[in-house]
Amino acid sequence: MAKVKSLADLRRMKEELQSKMDLREKSNDPESLVQIKVAMATCGIASGAKEVMEFLIEETAKRGIKTIVTQTGCMGYCYAEPTIEVKVPGKEPIVFGDVDIKKADQIVEKYIKNGELVDGIIPVNYKTLD
Amino acid sequence: MEKYKMHILVCGGTGCRASASEAIQNNLQDAIAAKGLEDEVQVVMTGCFGFCEKGPIVKILPDNTFYVEVKPEDAEELIEEHIIKGRKVMRLLYVDPENKEVISDSKHMGFYKKQIRIALRNCGFINPENVDEYIARDGYAALGKCLAEMTPQTVIDEIKESGLRGRGGGGFPTGLKWEFAAKNEADQKYVVCNADEGDPGAFMDRSILEGDPHSVLEAMAICGYTMGADKGLIYIRAEYPLAITRLKVAIKQAREYGLLGNDILGSGFNFDVEMRYGAGAFVCGEETALIHSMEGLRGEPTVKPPFPAESGYNGKPTNVNNVETFANIPVIINKGANWFNKIGSEKAKGTKVFALAGKINNVGLIEVPMGTTLREVIYEIGGGIKDGKKFKAVQTGGPSGGCLTEKHLDTPIDFDNLIAVGSMMGSGGMIVMDEDDCMVSMAKFYLEFTVEESCGKCTPCRIGNKRLHEILHKITLGEGTKEDLDLLRNLSTVIKDTSLCGLGQTSPNPVLSTLDNFYDEYISHVEDHKCAAGQCKALMQYVIDPELCVGCTLCSRNCPVDCISGERKEAHLIDTSKCIKCGACMEKCKFNAISIQ
Repeated sequence: MAKVKSLADLRRMKEELQSKMDLREKSNDPESLVQIKVAMATCGIASGAKEVMEFLIEETAKRGIKTIVTQTGCMGYCYAEPTIEVKVPGKEPIVFGDVDIKKADQIVEKYIKNGELVDGIIPVNYKTLD
Repeated sequence: MEKYKMHILVCGGTGCRASASEAIQNNLQDAIAAKGLEDEVQVVMTGCFGFCEKGPIVKILPDNTFYVEVKPEDAEELIEEHIIKGRKVMRLLYVDPENKEVISDSKHMGFYKKQIRIALRNCGFINPENVDEYIARDGYAALGKCLAEMTPQTVIDEIKESGLRGRGGGGFPTGLKWEFAAKNEADQKYVVCNADEGDPGAFMDRSILEGDPHSVLEAMAICGYTMGADKGLIYIRAEYPLAITRLKVAIKQAREYGLLGNDILGSGFNFDVEMRYGAGAFVCGEETALIHSMEGLRGEPTVKPPFPAESGYNGKPTNVNNVETFANIPVIINKGANWFNKIGSEKAKGTKVFALAGKINNVGLIEVPMGTTLREVIYEIGGGIKDGKKFKAVQTGGPSGGCLTEKHLDTPIDFDNLIAVGSMMGSGGMIVMDEDDCMVSMAKFYLEFTVEESCGKCTPCRIGNKRLHEILHKITLGEGTKEDLDLLRNLSTVIKDTSLCGLGQTSPNPVLSTLDNFYDEYISHVEDHKCAAGQCKALMQYVIDPELCVGCTLCSRNCPVDCISGERKEAHLIDTSKCIKCGACMEKCKFNAISIQ
């Protein structure tokens, strides 16, 4: 291990290391962040949910939006896979269907950033545990 | 660089490890490997989560799912269900004991709601064996700030301003202590960390060292900077093997990064830390005894003054602080004294870690702001008394503390308030007792401990405590008299007034506080020869109710001393003079005809 030679060095190191702990820091206070759940059951994965999820994780980070992206099981909308649920702080969660990368991009830009609604909303008809 | 999408935190505190958390970690890792998810899911062994009652704990992030009482064989299901399919494993979630609701996020659990974690900030969050995770959470930033931007005096002023007081039990203002040590000139000075946690039932220092060892090292270096010491010593009891291992790892990593050693962060300041092992004597928590033990002498206290700040280890100025006190320091430097002194009560700032134990639902480690009431701690965080029994007393401050009752429950906890009601903060042990606990036996138990742990140097403690114990023993046998109660009180006062060190000055506290708060119980022991709690065996009598006894003879056939007589199908009788009170008859009786009186 290289020595840390100054306070500036230490601070730089912290910046670099922080990203690894980001996920943990964020989950300390999830209510204040945008939470996205990606349905990743067989049907979702077959329709490309994995790529969408990766896109969401990378793009929100790049665009500086503090987001928790988690995977979840089948939401039951197999006709509209991939489906994602987006919860912006202070708002009710919204489920979007048929989310490909293009749509995901739209959701991030329009809905998450500006609060505009985007096509493809599925009415929520279930209750979650928490 | 691997970019994990999920983190699985497994508790690696001593408690959870004893319940196989290491095997859980291994099985999780195997299951992840089997699914080819090594690059996506990171398994981290952390320090104690505090919720030891429900250990082993496994927490999955980012969705913050808190699994309790996990077994190694659950690992595969957790990976398959939670990680891959995104479904929570319901049977492993915490169920609120009151409304039977399933809670998946620890933030909504009563146990965590009222807590503020300063000293325990990293416990259950970072991997204690990875310095990088500590640095990512502002680790060593406080040390860096002190060395680069603050003078020793401004650091001391900041600590004074924060109002931090010694968490080992004394409650002495930490900043002031540092200032004394700084003012004494010498060619060599020492910073000592007191990790000789000896109170029965207390484990906060151990948990901090196991869960966040670097915070203590960092704070020791800061202390060294303020007083001009380049050597730190951690006095830790050898029966804390995990804490010792993790400290060693931490010291090695800190040295490799140059955060300990010569010219730290290019400032020219040198500081290094060594370990010293204690054999686990209670008295060695007293700072003069601790220092003698480190010098290789008998662990016996000496009269103060001279205080260690003047003449301590090897006769040099030495500053001794407790583990928890140190763990608060980096946060105070990083966030400022004014952030810290807004938390807590008027006379005591910040938080205090308590080890909840005894007849309470949520046994574990908690950190609450000073000034939180006992009721909040016991009922809201602790989840109330086990098995719906009635609360009787809470013992705070370990063997040196006192027993508090129902009427003290709304006392805000801080150093002065607890002393005012006849107990003390101590290091933060909190043992809850219910209606089945006999207060005389309880006092006897603590005296047994102090008699054993007294170093024997001064007479009041060596002989006085022994006599106290004898009188208490006599009372539990039903042979006590009312005069004995007066004798107990007189002797206690003398021991308190004349003992050399804190051990003897506080050891009669359990006796005095039970005499004050449970005098009736003593009276019923000495006058009626009854122990209402049913703990004093000598005062119990097994009796057969002739109305309920059907004469099945099961009891007499099972009695090991043949003291039950009676004809078949007729009521039986126990010969109490022969009975050894083993309880075998009561256990066997199918008609609930046998009771204790």
